[in-house]
Formats: sequence, structure tokens, C-alpha cells
Amino acid sequence: MPKANVTFEDIGITVTVPAGTRLIEVSERVGAGITYSCREGECGTCIMKIVSGMENLAQRSVLEDKVLQENMAGRNNRLACQAQVLGGEIVVRPG
Amino acid sequence: MKADAAVPLAPGVHWVGALDPNLREFDVILKTANGTTYNAYCVRGSAGVAVIDTVKAEYADTFFERLQQVARYDEIIAIVLNHLEPDHTGALPELMRRAPQARLYISVKAQMMLKGLLKSDELAYTPVNTGDTISLGDRTLRFLNTPYLHWPDTQCTWLEDAGMLFSGDVFGCHFCDARLFNDRVGDFRFSFEYYYAHIMRPFREYVRDALDLIEPLDLKLIAPAHGPILRDAPRAYVQRYRQLAAPQLHNEAHRDKTLIVFYISAYGNTARMAQAVRDGAEEIDGVRASLYDLQGGEVTPFVDLIEEADAIAFGTPTINGDAVKPIWDLLSSLAVVKVSDKLGAAFGSYGWSGEGVNMVEDRLRGLKLRVPVKGVRVKLIPTEDELESCRELGRDLARHLTGRVARRVIDMSELLKEHPTHAQG
Ligand SMILES: Cc1cc2nc3c(=O)[nH]c(=O)nc-3n(C[C@H](O)[C@H](O)[C@H](O)COP(=O)(O)O)c2cc1C
Ligand code: FES
Ligand SMILES: [Fe+2]
Ligand SMILES: [Fe+2]
Repeated sequence: MPKANVTFEDIGITVTVPAGTRLIEVSERVGAGITYSCREGECGTCIMKIVSGMENLAQRSVLEDKVLQENMAGRNNRLACQAQVLGGEIVVRPG
Repeated sequence: MKADAAVPLAPGVHWVGALDPNLREFDVILKTANGTTYNAYCVRGSAGVAVIDTVKAEYADTFFERLQQVARYDEIIAIVLNHLEPDHTGALPELMRRAPQARLYISVKAQMMLKGLLKSDELAYTPVNTGDTISLGDRTLRFLNTPYLHWPDTQCTWLEDAGMLFSGDVFGCHFCDARLFNDRVGDFRFSFEYYYAHIMRPFREYVRDALDLIEPLDLKLIAPAHGPILRDAPRAYVQRYRQLAAPQLHNEAHRDKTLIVFYISAYGNTARMAQAVRDGAEEIDGVRASLYDLQGGEVTPFVDLIEEADAIAFGTPTINGDAVKPIWDLLSSLAVVKVSDKLGAAFGSYGWSGEGVNMVEDRLRGLKLRVPVKGVRVKLIPTEDELESCRELGRDLARHLTGRVARRVIDMSELLKEHPTHAQG
């Protein structure tokens, strides 16, 4: 199975995960500083910054796109409860 | 003042709200000893009228009665919602029916909630942000985006020519007095403080951001959505918010990160573990750790302490398959402070099943604390080795606090072993 390396910059931990994993599944277990509320791509609480490796995440859904826009998020933001890793190296941090 | 009369605040500006003197409890979390008011306002310009906020649904009739005295429905060109909570939007659907030509102005973050409120798909509205304006002809309304005071959608509206800030729940309080103005009404100081403590306190960073926008304004009057209209010394209330949003406790160790270790212990086992966690944390430079026995204190001052701490650790025995009540009492009292930027940890002694520690860790995660170090559980009396793992828990937590954790690489399968289900299930 293809793997990806997700680095949580705030805690300095890199996790090797199978492709298809959602970031929420990793960040919660590893104790990274990204916070969640609705967990379903509605509230925008889990907005995170993709420091690098945006191309290694699956495209935003229509829903994610809308929530990001409503929260005035920038190009480098994604919702951690929605974003799925495809492979390669990804570096993220809260915010 | 005749009953149901609109009250003038300035030329072309009226209060058109409602009094609710008999309300005794608001939003489940607040007591309202002498009721409240739902303040709505009407601003007239040369090109038309703006209505700012409405009232709770039950009070729609009074609101329309007052509004009709100062404007015709076909003159209304703008409806501004500073906040979508039902106590201010209860009369909105009917107002939109009566004034179908009026444009709705809501904050950018209100968009995701408006649909849930009006249950309609084709809504015409304009999202606004700080600096956006709407013209009423000879006067202008300007918006200040002040999110999370106390919902994501909250904003304030500024009427520059009159020096009036329509502030929504900010600077409001639950106090009902038909005399309306702060220099006329009874003593509402307690209500103002109480409202802040229960509604605004969890959002103090956002309060500070909002004050940065509000303080430069040449304020002549603050028109909040509840309670007295602040026309006498409005700046005093802004200053009071500034004080309230500052740290409550002076921190003489301000360069150090603070860790508070709370514990409760029947036979002293968890107490010894707590001591060890504290000792471990103290070994790390730049961390100030303190130990508190929950049995020797009360919830409210502990909440104050937690508000100013950078990390909190809880020691609990397992009693009948659960952590103990004083822990839960404290953990269920944290809704009034912001804790999501803190680190958390749990540990404790147990007899045979030891569920308490994991339950507390889950609760901490549920409160959005980061739980970076796995809790230590010890069967009955801790050995020297076990006390050493408690010291290591303290050291680890302290290293996370001071950003001194070694970078590491782990595999997802290890995480799955430690947390088989989602942290919050
Ligand atoms: C009334 C009572 C109920 C208990 N229930 C449990 C339990 O359900 N599961 C468990 O693991 N231990 C249970 N214990 C054992 C305690 O967790 C154990 O004695 C522990 O060491 C107490 O720690 P302390 O030093 O803080 O008193 C129970 C103890 C008492 C007195
Ligand atoms: S947690 Fe609500 S959008 Fe992700
Ligand atoms: Fe509100
Ligand atoms: Fe309100």
C-alpha cells in the first residue's frame, strides 16, 4: 500500500500513514495542536496550514471549498477533518 | 414614555426593541434576576432606513409596533444582523415579509449559519467584513468584524456621523429597565460583569482583537443588543472590557510556562504520583509546576488558575470504574474559560481495572486540549520505578511546553495500538 509521511510541525512528529488516511485520524491520535468541533467539514474549526506538500493531498470537495471561503482561508489552508493524504511528504501546522 | 414607544437616541436613530422583565434564565447558563431587553435599532438616512437587529420571536409585535412609529416598511433598504442568535433574529422572517425589498447584511462567518436559521435556500444577502460600508444616502454604516463574541458570526456596526456603535451582545447585559439609558437605569454594574464572565470570558483573545478595532473610534454612545444603552461615559465600558480580557492573575514567573498538577487521593497513592509528576516537570528549565489537592479547594478559584496555566495534569484514582467526582466537577466547569490552547495529561492509581485515567484523557481531548504524553497508570501502591515514570511524564510534558521535544518519526500502526478508536469515539 502506498504510504505518506505527515509531519506535524507544532509537535515535531512525523507519522508514516497509508494513503487515503484523513489528517484528523492522525493528528488526534498523535496529539497535534489542530482542534476539531463538528468533525464533518462544516464549522471551520480544524483549519490548518499546509506548510508544504499541498499536491500530496486529495482535491478539496465542494463542501470544503465553501467552508474555507466562508472562513476567509488562504490558498495554503485545508480542513484537517476533510483532507485526505495521497502519498509523499506533507508538512502541516495548526491555523 | 408611553408603552411601546420608539425611543430616540439621536436625530434619525431610534431604539425599537422590547423589554422582557420576567425572564429568569437565559440560554440555560445565565440567571437573569430582573429580566432582560432585546435591543433593536432603526437608523434613517436620506436614501432610506436601516434596521439593526430584531428581537426574540415572542416580542415581535412590540418590535413592529415601535418600528412602525418611525419608518414605513417600504422605506427599509437594509436589515443588519449583528448576531444570528434567536434572541435577536426572532422577528427577522416576519420583517423580511413586510419589507421584501430590504437587503440583508450579515458578517462573513454568519453565512454558514443563516441557512440553518431561515430554512430557506434562496436567500439574498450581502456578507460584510471589517471596513465594508453601506450608504443610507447622507449617512453611512460601517462594519467591524468581531468574531466569537460570542458566536462565530458576531459583528458590530458603526454609525460614524453620530459616533454610535451598535455592538450586538458585546457590552450588553441582562438587565431590564424601561428607562433604557445607563445614566437613568438602576444599578446594573453586577449584570454587566456577570454577563462578561459567562458569555465573553471564554473568548478573551477575540475580545482583545475586537477592542483593537473599537478603541480608535470616536465613541459617543454604545448601543448593545441587551440591557442599558451606554451614552454616559461609553469609553469606561470599553476600558472595563480591556481589563476583563487581561490575565486575571498576575504572573511573576511570566517567562516560565506554568503547569498545574491537580490530584485527589484516598490512600495517598495518586498523591505520591502527583508529587512525582510535579518534581519531574520542575527539573526542566523554564517551567513552573504547582501541586493542588482538589479536596482542599473549590471549583471557582481553580478555574481561574487553569485559565492562566499553560498545562494541566489530573491525578485520579479509579473508583467504581470511573474517575472521581471532584475531577469531573472541575472538568465540567471549564466552559467559561479558554482551554483549547493548553496541554493536558492524566495519571492515577487503580485497583484492578483503572478506567479513570483514560476517561480523563478523553475528556481533556474533548475540551480540545492537546494530550501529548500518554498517561501513567499504577496498580495500587507505586514502586520507585513507577514513580520514575511519573517524573518522566512531568518532564515530557514540560519539554512539550517549552518546545524541547526531540523530533521523531512513528508509524500509524503504533498510534492505532495506543488509540484504537478515534480519540473522541
Ligand atoms: C469504593 C472504591 C471503589 C473502587 N473502584 C475501583 C474500580 O472500579 N476500578 C479500579 O481499578 N479500582 C477501584 N478501586 C481501587 C482504587 O482505585 C485503588 O485503591 C487506588 O489505589 C486508590 O488510589 P488512591 O491512592 O488515590 O486512594 C476502588 C476503591 C474504592 C475504595
Ligand atoms: S472540525 Fe468542523 S470543519 Fe473540520
Ligand atoms: Fe448571543
Ligand atoms: Fe443576545
